[in-house]
Amino acid sequence: MTDTGVRIQLALLALAVVVALLAPVHRRALLSGLVVAGIGIAGVLTGWLALTGHAGRLTIPVALPFGPVTLSPAPLGGFFMLVIGAVGAVCAVYSVGYVHGPAASRTSWVALAVFLTAMQLVAASADVVAFLLAWELMALSSTVLVLTEHAHRATVRSATLWYAAMTQLSFFLVLLGFAVLSAEAGSTQFADLAASHVDSAASNLAFVALLLGFAAKAGIVPLHVWLPRAHPEAPSHVSALMSAAMVKLGVYGAVLVTTQLLVSASTWRSLLVLGVGTLSAVYGILQASVASDIKRLLAFSTTENIGLMFLAIGASSLLRPYGSTDVADTALVACLLLVMAHAAFKTTLFLGAGSILRATGERDLDLLGGLVSRMPVTSATFGIGALGAAALPLTAGFVAEWVLLQSLIHGGGTQNRILAITMPVAVGAVALTAGLALMTFVKAYGIAFLARPRSEGASQAQESPTSMRVGLVVAAASVLGLGLVPGLSVSVASRALGLGDAAAAGSGGIDLVGLGATLHPGPLLLLALVLVVPVVVVSVAAARRRPRRDVDLAWGSGGVRVSPRMQYTATSYAEPLSRIFDDSLRPERDVVVTHSSEARYLVERIQYRQRLSDVFESRLYLPVIGVIERVGAAAKNLQNGKINFYLAYSFVAFLVVLMVVTL
Amino acid sequence: MVLLLVQVVVMVALTPLLVGVMRQVRSRLEGRAGAGILQPWRDLRKLFAKEPLRAPGISWVQAAGPVVLVTSGLLLCALIPLVGTVASPLLTDDLFVVVGVLLVGTVALALVGLDAGSAFGGMGSSRHMTIAALVEPTVLVAVYALSVPIGSSALSRIVNARIEAPASVAAPVSLLAMVALAIAVMAETSRMPVDNPSTHLELTMVHEAMVLESSGRDLAWLELGSWLRLGALLGLIGTLTLPWGMAVEVAPVPALVGVVTLAVRLAVLGALLATLEVFLAKLRLFRVPELLAGSFVLALLAVTASYLTVTV
Repeated sequence: MTDTGVRIQLALLALAVVVALLAPVHRRALLSGLVVAGIGIAGVLTGWLALTGHAGRLTIPVALPFGPVTLSPAPLGGFFMLVIGAVGAVCAVYSVGYVHGPAASRTSWVALAVFLTAMQLVAASADVVAFLLAWELMALSSTVLVLTEHAHRATVRSATLWYAAMTQLSFFLVLLGFAVLSAEAGSTQFADLAASHVDSAASNLAFVALLLGFAAKAGIVPLHVWLPRAHPEAPSHVSALMSAAMVKLGVYGAVLVTTQLLVSASTWRSLLVLGVGTLSAVYGILQASVASDIKRLLAFSTTENIGLMFLAIGASSLLRPYGSTDVADTALVACLLLVMAHAAFKTTLFLGAGSILRATGERDLDLLGGLVSRMPVTSATFGIGALGAAALPLTAGFVAEWVLLQSLIHGGGTQNRILAITMPVAVGAVALTAGLALMTFVKAYGIAFLARPRSEGASQAQESPTSMRVGLVVAAASVLGLGLVPGLSVSVASRALGLGDAAAAGSGGIDLVGLGATLHPGPLLLLALVLVVPVVVVSVAAARRRPRRDVDLAWGSGGVRVSPRMQYTATSYAEPLSRIFDDSLRPERDVVVTHSSEARYLVERIQYRQRLSDVFESRLYLPVIGVIERVGAAAKNLQNGKINFYLAYSFVAFLVVLMVVTL
Repeated sequence: MVLLLVQVVVMVALTPLLVGVMRQVRSRLEGRAGAGILQPWRDLRKLFAKEPLRAPGISWVQAAGPVVLVTSGLLLCALIPLVGTVASPLLTDDLFVVVGVLLVGTVALALVGLDAGSAFGGMGSSRHMTIAALVEPTVLVAVYALSVPIGSSALSRIVNARIEAPASVAAPVSLLAMVALAIAVMAETSRMPVDNPSTHLELTMVHEAMVLESSGRDLAWLELGSWLRLGALLGLIGTLTLPWGMAVEVAPVPALVGVVTLAVRLAVLGALLATLEVFLAKLRLFRVPELLAGSFVLALLAVTASYLTVTV
């Protein structure tokens, strides 16, 4: 059955290309958007078929210069197809109203369709060659999409360069890993690779290469540098697709490697995954909490969430050898729940950010404000997304983190000292992440939507068109839906991992088998509603007697609130935090005090400038780039334009070749 | 379910009195006469009778935030076993859920602070969220420590285990976790030494800065909500340290005993906290992380120590 689904997707891709190229300009967005949404929906259905065990194989006989490639989504791949398809469909609907300028061009629509299909094919691949081809197709098409607005902003070009370099590095590492693995197993089929696992040096090399390759795609520290550059510069529907869908394929790869291809009891591998996950989670959210560019903030928050997923994968493989199968399975379920939750709320948030950007022309939180009354739908949906990202109860994010925490606190055992130390530290890291995420998203929502507008653009903002609002509402509804009926998502995640339906309980709640922990958001919501009724009744009764009175200014400590610039901004909001984490963030601050010309004790103006850089970028990447540039500059000396030098080069090269051949 | 509603009603009646007791103890220790323990109730009555002011640019958050805060406070009172430990099968009294509900209130308060668009509200909100972010690790690891001996993070099971084995209350692991939790509760409810609840000095305000622009019933809800949070969290500490007299079945007499012991526990803890506050100086804002890091280390020690004791 799934082969039909994949065929339909490929047919829809062809249709999307035709529509994008031939449709008249004023209809292009609508028609292309609908066809791309169709690709997404076909992906959802195919994924569902794969999850429910309707397997099917689609073998494409020739993929020159390689042999036949096989597309046959397994349940795990089907799960990712489902998530990616859903994100793709929502983003496509949203983009109908959103695209303008270069994002509405033929190239962009074709690239979008190819990108979405390529992501689905990665998850559908059943052999290494298909996987790598789809992976590279996904990398190339997404690069085209990131480059969309290159003519308008110079920063797009530099961002694309970073993105292209990192995504090709990821491809190279994945290729290396699979090459080693395939050579070891003598086959390129995943099924055969899975059968031949040994703890040899070659498999260690393959593990490290694959992990790094997938980590680079997923945005794990220290390979995350492309995220905070590419996400802000790409059009928002593309950022949403990249952040909510594409990086998940890195997680897919990591799950595939640790649970199927290279299953191993070795502790260092698990600790490595757990360690990079923890580091990414904490570092990502720390950077997000001090960021004031809203899309940069969201990009770093993606690093955080992916970090939590890797943490869950690492915890699961760490626990499994010690016989805690139930707990290890729960940790993996938590990873997939995080995937779903993150897909839901990050789609909402990036699309919401796109809405803000379109309405105000601003991405900088310090220049926003007061949008809650001007953009009610965007503000409500962004708010729900922010609640999800902050992992507050009744949202998808809460459920996922709850399951993760349950698996961690039941994992720390007496059997092993490593567990007794790593699990509490992991809980602490998850908790710190959750706390900082709370602060980050209160900042993002409160500064962008509440208070008074801080710029001209923000004060003239208008609500987005219908198609964008539909996309936003669907995405936000999924954040709440997955949170209120978590039994459904848990059963989907369990199917993907081949665990059966064990963890779901009645009334849509969760009952974690073997852990004795239950969660029922529905009754909790009911109780909250029961309790809120008297409060609202008292409020309404009081409002009847004493309605609100409009005043020019409330207290403001007795001062007239002269300028909106005197409000707290995102930068000032995060100032205490950036001071507390001074050592890890290393912000550069300049304070320039200009004195009055008449008396130097009078201050005329104070200028405060703060620049936050990425420690990994300045300490790790820039030195390497510097070395490469120096080598490049030195190599330039070889080309001095004199013909006799070139003749000498070819003569030397010829001699070397002869020597090599004769050896 | 009945017990939950009893808890909520009792807590609504008791928490303003708790705050009254705390203020009265403080006044007496400072050599003042004090306003009497009923003053918080009188304040509430006064505030409900006044109309709230609406400044230009203020949104629905100003009215909805206080309602959310008070609801999360009520929900806390319902979920935490205060009067009795009879858990309803569908309502999870899981500690992580309790923390989540607590944070909903924290967020509502922070958004109210930002909504007014004045520098003070933003300042309070920023400090409040920074402290909340740093408290979170302590709280969750302390929860973890409490859950280790019985393998569950459900509060009613933790408390039942303590009632059955009273010696476990005084075990070193439990004491470490309780100290960590107590520090976290002080920070979360804006008490000394993290925040001075009676200050209006701009450099030191946290909680007061956020509610500065609210008036009338909005302010009344904010006050009641904060008191409920304080009452529920003090009640939680009380339940965990002195778990005697809790109703273990749903019947009038045990419930009555439970209510009386709850009142006694709250009064004792409140008086203790107020006494402590008189002798404590408020910490500089940037020394607060040190305190919280200390409490986190205590909580972490509690977890690792609990694994060690289980092995032995």
